[in-house]
Amino acid sequence: MRLEPIANPALTRRLGLPALALGATVLVASLLSALAGADPFAVLGLILKGAAGSKFAALETLNRATPLIFTGLAVAVAFRAKLWNIGAEAQLYAGAIVTVFLATGLLAGTGLWGMALVAALAMLAGALVLLGPVMLKTRFGVDEVVTTLLFNFIMLLIVSWLLEGPMKDPAGMGWPKSEPLERAMRLPRLAEGLRLHWGFALALIAAVLVWFLQARTTLGYEMRAVGHNPRAAAFAGIPVNPVLVRTALLSGGLAALAGYSEVAGLKGHLSLDLSPGFGYTGIIVAMLALLHPLGVVFTAIFVAGIFVGSDSMSRAAGVPTYIADMLLASALLLMVLAIGLTRYRVVWK
Amino acid sequence: MSADYGAQETVLRLTGITRRFGATLANDAIDLTLKRGEVLALLGENGAGKTTLMNILFGQYAADSGTVEVFGKPLPPGNPAAALSAGLGMVHQHFTLADNLTVLDNILLGTVPLWRAGFGRAAARARVLTLSRDFGLAVDPEARVGDLSVGERQRVEILKALYRDVRILILDEPTAVLTPQESDALFATLRSAVAGGLSVIFISHKLHEVMAASSRVLVLRHGRVVGQVATAGTTREALAAMMVGAELRKATVTPGTPGPVLLQLRGVHTSKDAAGKDDRIGGLRGIDLALRGGQITGIAGVSGNGQAALSDLLSGLLAPQAGTLDLGGTAQGQWSPRRALTAGIGRIPEDRHKTGTIAEFTLTENVILERYAEAPFARAGVMDWAAARRVTDDLIRRFDVRCEGPDGVIRLLSGGNMQKLILGRVLDTAPRIILANQPVRGLDIGAISYVHGQLVAARDAGAAVLLISEDLDEIMELSDIIHVMSEGRLSPPFARGSMTAAQIGLWMAGQGFDEGATDAA
Repeated sequence: MRLEPIANPALTRRLGLPALALGATVLVASLLSALAGADPFAVLGLILKGAAGSKFAALETLNRATPLIFTGLAVAVAFRAKLWNIGAEAQLYAGAIVTVFLATGLLAGTGLWGMALVAALAMLAGALVLLGPVMLKTRFGVDEVVTTLLFNFIMLLIVSWLLEGPMKDPAGMGWPKSEPLERAMRLPRLAEGLRLHWGFALALIAAVLVWFLQARTTLGYEMRAVGHNPRAAAFAGIPVNPVLVRTALLSGGLAALAGYSEVAGLKGHLSLDLSPGFGYTGIIVAMLALLHPLGVVFTAIFVAGIFVGSDSMSRAAGVPTYIADMLLASALLLMVLAIGLTRYRVVWK
Repeated sequence: MSADYGAQETVLRLTGITRRFGATLANDAIDLTLKRGEVLALLGENGAGKTTLMNILFGQYAADSGTVEVFGKPLPPGNPAAALSAGLGMVHQHFTLADNLTVLDNILLGTVPLWRAGFGRAAARARVLTLSRDFGLAVDPEARVGDLSVGERQRVEILKALYRDVRILILDEPTAVLTPQESDALFATLRSAVAGGLSVIFISHKLHEVMAASSRVLVLRHGRVVGQVATAGTTREALAAMMVGAELRKATVTPGTPGPVLLQLRGVHTSKDAAGKDDRIGGLRGIDLALRGGQITGIAGVSGNGQAALSDLLSGLLAPQAGTLDLGGTAQGQWSPRRALTAGIGRIPEDRHKTGTIAEFTLTENVILERYAEAPFARAGVMDWAAARRVTDDLIRRFDVRCEGPDGVIRLLSGGNMQKLILGRVLDTAPRIILANQPVRGLDIGAISYVHGQLVAARDAGAAVLLISEDLDEIMELSDIIHVMSEGRLSPPFARGSMTAAQIGLWMAGQGFDEGATDAA
């Protein structure tokens, strides 16, 4: 078997194959539902209904999509420069820790202006978490896949220690969670009575800004050049290592905003279950969007919809929620395969 | 193999091998015989047809006509497995060893069935030790390959071939990566190996090695055998003349008018590349060079003799470790690609696909690669793509680039059009110094004359052009001043037409201008 590159793939190939991948994903989901003893059509219908069947469901999906947009952007920015940041989870928690620390401490009672400052400092914390691995990479060639991945576990242990010790809520009845943010320090809802907070709007703004940065600024041009061909970039006078460091700072900052938005917009406090793997799911979101910042918004909503819809389907049909993970995994694998096949033709010989 | 080998038995016979690639005749009716226990040197410039011939011998290509006989039996064409089982083996310039395994494991790799536990490692070890004693290849079977020197690794490669019962060993430029001391050790090894019954073909373009190591020499030029002599009965001068050819191409370009010195190198030493790992080989070793405006300075020589380092130095990728780089009278301290560009050096890199362009980028994105941050392409960090597209459109028209337009991906361009775009990108900034490293490699005749014409026009406009090329004809045709490069050094400059082919050939082959003055490594 051999792969042969296709110089200029036809539009039908470029659109048809991803559509085929989506269809195959639905087929996989149906098979799994049938295996679990449920009617596949009913299960798919319930997932769809649970994700977008009512105003409540749709808002729930957008709420869930908010941190995924941030982590998806973080991954998309880094991967575009071929900086493999697998540590969005750690950067998310760094942002969350700083948010709780400042909003319940030094900056308590400062209101919205204070929260803007908190957001900036949370981003800085996330950026610093990624700075270590990227310095190790540029100075000593240490593989950032390993270091950023391992940082996730270190960070969870730090959070665990904080919540059992210095940041533990005295009024928390012994639960490992932080003191809650006061009402004035929370991100307001987008409209009165609407269960969707300003974090979602921030995420949309971030996506547009990141798109502008990548497509229209010199830094974005440098990041793409370094990602595609560091040798040619260096030859052309682009400072490759400084560009990687700047990319890392941006990526870490974006991931930290996911933690900020979850704490200040949704949960109100820090706990060990703040993120059910948003950092890792951000990789799927970014890959499905082909690393396009605006595409990330749509894939994040798609992925969030599958999670939210599966939750509600599970309650109604008795099929385990793990089907959501299976769905996403097969969607990702099939999509990656489809995109590969748009650029390469398989030749059997 | 039943026959008793006489002292002069022929083990390999190639008859009338011809192979054509498009319009070029890579091999033209080549006859070659190899006798048992001899070292045959295959001598020739790059592009003389040595590699094609060996690829045909090994079944990578089928010859258009001609036959190969090994130990008296014909070898089926285009069948690598048959060549291997007939006892042919090759040691490439670049080793194929696993650094993290031991010598023994490397030798056994691929000879042992995948799923068998006890395969007789002790017996294998004993056999490797016997081979290494019989053939004078001293190496510890339990050493990790990653810890070995380059010379030792080469011995492992040879042992690997011997372990697979190779009776005819082909060495492709074996000394390219070795120090002089390691080369001498290799020649001693070869002498004891042929005494042990091995036959060797030794591919090289270095005359002193050919003289030291071989018993017979076959010289190729433009795909044809131009001479076959016993080493004992010839001289370096005679071999050089055969290799380069008796006549040099006459210049068709009018000479330039020399202007002021725009760039001067004095006693420059560098490492091989920016990583700077191994500065014994490939780096510059005390280069003096003056580039004048209005002149094309040509660097002739076989590639791998420091041309890459010289090119990297002028590109800004490599800084001098010793010596000075003067640009218009000012010595450069900090040196980088950005500074080289600011100083007015336009660069046409050797590899247009990997260094000169970013394959996934559009033509526009590639055109502004070296000045994306300057007005009018960027203001306050924000790109103006309309301005970039206008400039690209203009370059496409002025330099006759055949393409879909400025928004097409550059990967889809042909080599000639890609090179024209790079040329346009360089010339558009009106550089005072132009580095052109192999500017026409792989191009068709039309594109070649276009690129050459543009370089001459830039020279006439007052630019200093440094032309690095493996093609001696190209150098002789275009250059006003010529240096020959060999082993990281430059010959004194000479004017076009003032040297005979034999003299240049000797310099290119590593003989002559500072023989014996090698660095004590």
